[in-house]
Amino acid sequence: MDDSKAIFLKDATVNAADGDQRAFINKALGGYYTNRDLQKARYRDWERARDAASMAKWSAVNDLANVLEKFVSNFERNGGVVHWARDAEEARVIILKIAEDVKAKAIVKSKCMTTEEIHLNDALEKAGYGVVESDLGEFIQQLRGEAPYHFVFPCMHVKREAISELFTKHLGTAPTDSPEELTMIARRHLRQLYIDADIGITGANFLVAETGQISITENEGNARLTAALPRIHIALSGIEKVVNHLDDLSVLLPMLATAGAGQPMTCYNTLYSGPRKKGECDGPEEFHLVLMDNARTRILADPEQRDSLHCIRCGACLNVCPIFKNIGGLAYGTTYQGPIGSVITPHLRGLKQWNHLSAASSLCGACTDACPVRIDLHHHLLRNRRNASKESPTLFDLAFHHGFTFVIKRPWLFALGGRIFRATLPLLQKLPLPYMGAWMKTRDLPKAPAQSFRDQWKNQNV
Amino acid sequence: MSDARSDIFARIREALKVKAPKPHLKGDGAPGKTSTVAKPWLPDGGETAEDSLTILAEQLAKLKAVLIRVPDHASAAKAVAELSVSKNWKKVAYHGHDLLRPVAAALTCENWEADASFDKQRLEGCDAGITTCESIVAQLGSILVSSTSSGGRALSILPHVHVVIAETSQVVPDLGAALALVKARHGTDMPSMLSFITGPSRTGDIERILVLGAHGPKELFLILVG
Repeated sequence: MDDSKAIFLKDATVNAADGDQRAFINKALGGYYTNRDLQKARYRDWERARDAASMAKWSAVNDLANVLEKFVSNFERNGGVVHWARDAEEARVIILKIAEDVKAKAIVKSKCMTTEEIHLNDALEKAGYGVVESDLGEFIQQLRGEAPYHFVFPCMHVKREAISELFTKHLGTAPTDSPEELTMIARRHLRQLYIDADIGITGANFLVAETGQISITENEGNARLTAALPRIHIALSGIEKVVNHLDDLSVLLPMLATAGAGQPMTCYNTLYSGPRKKGECDGPEEFHLVLMDNARTRILADPEQRDSLHCIRCGACLNVCPIFKNIGGLAYGTTYQGPIGSVITPHLRGLKQWNHLSAASSLCGACTDACPVRIDLHHHLLRNRRNASKESPTLFDLAFHHGFTFVIKRPWLFALGGRIFRATLPLLQKLPLPYMGAWMKTRDLPKAPAQSFRDQWKNQNV
Repeated sequence: MSDARSDIFARIREALKVKAPKPHLKGDGAPGKTSTVAKPWLPDGGETAEDSLTILAEQLAKLKAVLIRVPDHASAAKAVAELSVSKNWKKVAYHGHDLLRPVAAALTCENWEADASFDKQRLEGCDAGITTCESIVAQLGSILVSSTSSGGRALSILPHVHVVIAETSQVVPDLGAALALVKARHGTDMPSMLSFITGPSRTGDIERILVLGAHGPKELFLILVG
């Protein structure tokens, strides 16, 4: 068994048995469900809005070369510098080089999952740079030395007592059980860091081809500060974030907010077209955009699952997923958790090592229903299972498949097998079945019917 | 060795040789792409100016932003002066704009034009920032500020309170209309930053409990003239 699978099985088993933690997560998500439904009700037709959002992404992703080229030429005209990275390593090298060129001392970051994907903080710290996460949840996770639990709500699993203890230990503040006071501690601590930092690093939610702007969505104002105060702004984005038209945002921004956090609109949705312009009083002197592939073209090359590049990272599929709610975000061991993570991680890191995530699903389809851009999530989980068994079948896969094919092609053998099974079923009731212990503990085998289905069918039609 | 850019474009072109099916749409057709196409399926922004103002007031209240309607600019200046006294502001920065200078003149506390002498440390220490805006979106309660209409990037985010002074004629029904207006006004010469502000800064990162004033302003006032 691969390490990633063994760790997953162990963590998932432990977490699923932790009723206290599960109740805590469910309570935290309770408010989200209420707000999301209230906001969805304001849409005059949510399904039409999903159509529009899904088409906006479909038309950009399926014409990616042209749309990306247009974006880049408009972006460069506005005075920004574009860098290209084939993979995570190239992206890290580019960002380290910029930091070296501008002789950076302090770096402040706003929340960006793409930087988590390339483990940027590790690389920066190893090179000797101080780097601070400014999003409250990411800041807490950075102090905890833990990966984000949920790619939209990074520390939703941490109780306020633990956060208070963490702040007392690292920041020397007095203990408190008030979320407001805890937030204010982080606010006071981080404000001076934005002012002192030389480099601000952000992600990008959308790249607008028509105008060459990048769009950043956030609630706290930390990304606004990160892109306003340091003299260098670096943004890291996957190439799939591009959309054709500025007007596409009139659909995507409200839907991202509603699906992701139950808001009408996230607090700050900001479009950046370049560094400080002549006549503007502040803003960075340089604006660097790193456009990264890192296996996105591999997903693009799979027409069946290409729509997983439509993802706007709202996290709605995590919030409704029974697996996520029971095993928690950390058990996945991935940058992107939940259904979308289970779909794309095998493309990013290898199907053989990460197919177990696609198997850990009830296929209930709640994710597909929740997705604002209509990604066919639960079917993609099935497709990953099929592809994995094609690519590297296990002995069981082979034996079962060949055995089944052999029997099903010979009706007499199938009928004989059925007869033997019906005859021996009462015996099986009494035997301890291998591998079935957990299932059989609370269940009895059904009684065998007197006749096979095929016989019943034949008799009925006589 | 080829460079990363051409490699990535080659991979994209190769990948797209195989076409993907269109998504299964539930509605009765593909949506329009230009801003002239109405989107009657999104949240309502109001048919008339009056409807829009009603929706805007509801949205701002839900967002915990404060809307103050005044008949003229003199009353706007008076309203801000009263706020500064009741909230005990000591230092206020404002965007150097003809409509805001009289507002600043009516203040009794220390105040300065942020764009004239930008100093981030001084700005961080001030209680409130006063700006104009590009437009206001009734549908979502969003206020669109820009680096040109709002005294740069920091003035609308760094001070602890943000006060926006606008006219009712700046209220547009929905986000599509606001974006169309941006394009019409700035064309290919966009301000380097445009930001839709929807209520005071907020976070739910601790136990998903809403706290206002995460990193940006804790309070947001919209003074609407006319």
